[in-house]
Amino acid sequence: MTDVLFGATQPHFARLVVRKARLPQWAPTLVAAVAVVAASLIGLALGWSLIAIAACAAVVQVVTLPVWSALVENRRAAVDRLATSLVWVALALAVVPLVSLLQQVIALGAREIDGEFLTWSMRNVVGDGGGIYHAAVGTVLITVAATAISVPLGLLSAIYLVEYGGTSRVASGLRFLVDVMTGIPSIVAGLFAYAVFAMLLGPGIHLGIGGAVALSLLMVPIVVRSAEEMLKLVPIELREASYALGVRKWRTVWHVVLPTARAGILTGVTLAVARVVGETAPLLIIAGATDSVNTNLFAGQMESLPVFIYYSYTQPGLNPEHAQGHAWGAALVLITIVVLLNLVARFLGRLPALMPRRRR
Amino acid sequence: MAKSIEVTDLDIYYGDFLAVEGVSMRIAARSVTALIGPSGCGKSTFLRSLNRMHEVVPGARVRGTVAVDGQSLYDAGVDPVEVRRQIGMVFQRPNPFPTMSIYDNVLAGSRLNNRRIARAEADDVVERALRGANLWEEVKDRLGKPGKDLSGGQQQRLCIARAIAVQPQVLLMDEPCSALDPISTAAIEALIDDLKRDYTIVIVTHNMQQAARVSQETAFFSLAGAGRPGRLVEMNPTNKVFSSPDHAETEAYVSGRFG
Repeated sequence: MTDVLFGATQPHFARLVVRKARLPQWAPTLVAAVAVVAASLIGLALGWSLIAIAACAAVVQVVTLPVWSALVENRRAAVDRLATSLVWVALALAVVPLVSLLQQVIALGAREIDGEFLTWSMRNVVGDGGGIYHAAVGTVLITVAATAISVPLGLLSAIYLVEYGGTSRVASGLRFLVDVMTGIPSIVAGLFAYAVFAMLLGPGIHLGIGGAVALSLLMVPIVVRSAEEMLKLVPIELREASYALGVRKWRTVWHVVLPTARAGILTGVTLAVARVVGETAPLLIIAGATDSVNTNLFAGQMESLPVFIYYSYTQPGLNPEHAQGHAWGAALVLITIVVLLNLVARFLGRLPALMPRRRR
Repeated sequence: MAKSIEVTDLDIYYGDFLAVEGVSMRIAARSVTALIGPSGCGKSTFLRSLNRMHEVVPGARVRGTVAVDGQSLYDAGVDPVEVRRQIGMVFQRPNPFPTMSIYDNVLAGSRLNNRRIARAEADDVVERALRGANLWEEVKDRLGKPGKDLSGGQQQRLCIARAIAVQPQVLLMDEPCSALDPISTAAIEALIDDLKRDYTIVIVTHNMQQAARVSQETAFFSLAGAGRPGRLVEMNPTNKVFSSPDHAETEAYVSGRFG
């Protein structure tokens, strides 16, 4: 080794940097294109299904590229090509259901969406017509209420864990409970909320706020966890800088630590909202279902988009085709809300931490 | 406003671990005192105990007394937050608040403490602190810009401006130049020289030339071995420490034989 590094003569170095034969950069793309075309031709000729054609193309890709590489390049490169091809196939497998789901929802849902669909409820609608307004209103109200409950709870818990609890026994106990809560099945959250409200207000109770409580049970652990990670990322130096100016701890947390972690915390909250906005089971139990618009969280049953989808599909009524169309339309609206929330989360996450409160 | 500091038999603990043992020294007002010594000898810990910043670490405590102009810092009933308002600190790595503009960073000491100040007065405080930190000319046209947009040396001077804006009695500096290039270091050292007219300054440094350049008194800390507590070996006027120190260990350290 020393010889190569220090005492080397020219030929040594010449051998070290020698170039090996390589497949052209476009080789994988070419093989993929050929695989797809070949598989399609054979498949069409033999009347295969789309899935069979795709599987055939994948096999061709995974076999051909490494073989070609083994012939031109070397063994290590061939293994690399094989692994790369497998990774790409796995990626395609993972993406296919997602894309096909989106395509299905858009194809079946888009044609439902019009002014009436978005602005009418289902009150007194028999057969055709009606819309999802009541469900959309319910989803928005319940989700906003759930967020209003979970964000203060979750954020304050995270502040306790990071700034005050440290490694104390209370803090590790709390952390453990939060981890357990992350895994609570949503139906259990719904039953719990129902049990609480039934105990307080009598059995058979259905309330929008109950749905919000159930959803907040699911949101709190997500908010705690993400906010905790974000607060941990705030450098200790900033806290010390604040203490060194004679600033009290709670003011340091409030005015230095939280603003610094703001973007990350907002992203976490938005993702938590996106996670619960499509919950069905707890809302079925505690928020109930109705055909009318109900804007009061504290009285009466409240419809939500997931519950609307569920009932439209399972109890379609007089005109099943129409009701199921409604279900797809509502599904599209729901997915759109989730996508928008995710986009908002990305946007918030990218915002620079800086937002000078007062400029000169 | 500058004050002298009297330290008597100070032991500093982290939990059960004795980090610094038996330090006694007198730090003169309106002068620069340098703390030098090998890594792990407790000079930073000692510095942080002078404004009770070491208590930020859970389990940290001291025995002995630290008195600023006769007022003991560790008496029962003394609020560490009040102590830190009187004794400012500048850290090793520049740490301006990333969410604040240059202007707001300088005013952070008042704003974070919710002290209301009139607009004109605030402008005045900012200009005075930035002039005091030799930064005014460089930033006066972009006070609304984020403090993080400045260069490392400018950020460190911004932190010094932030510390002197609250008009402390004493300024503690924990290796303020170790993350900076030579030109920024020269700027900070010139600033320290100016500041000593108004403030009592204690500076921890790994750079012996820096100690020789900026300080009037030098305290040499050392430790007997790994895991043993750090202690003060000697404290003398800087030129004596670097030319004819009292202890052989100091001689060995300042002449570069160890450390």
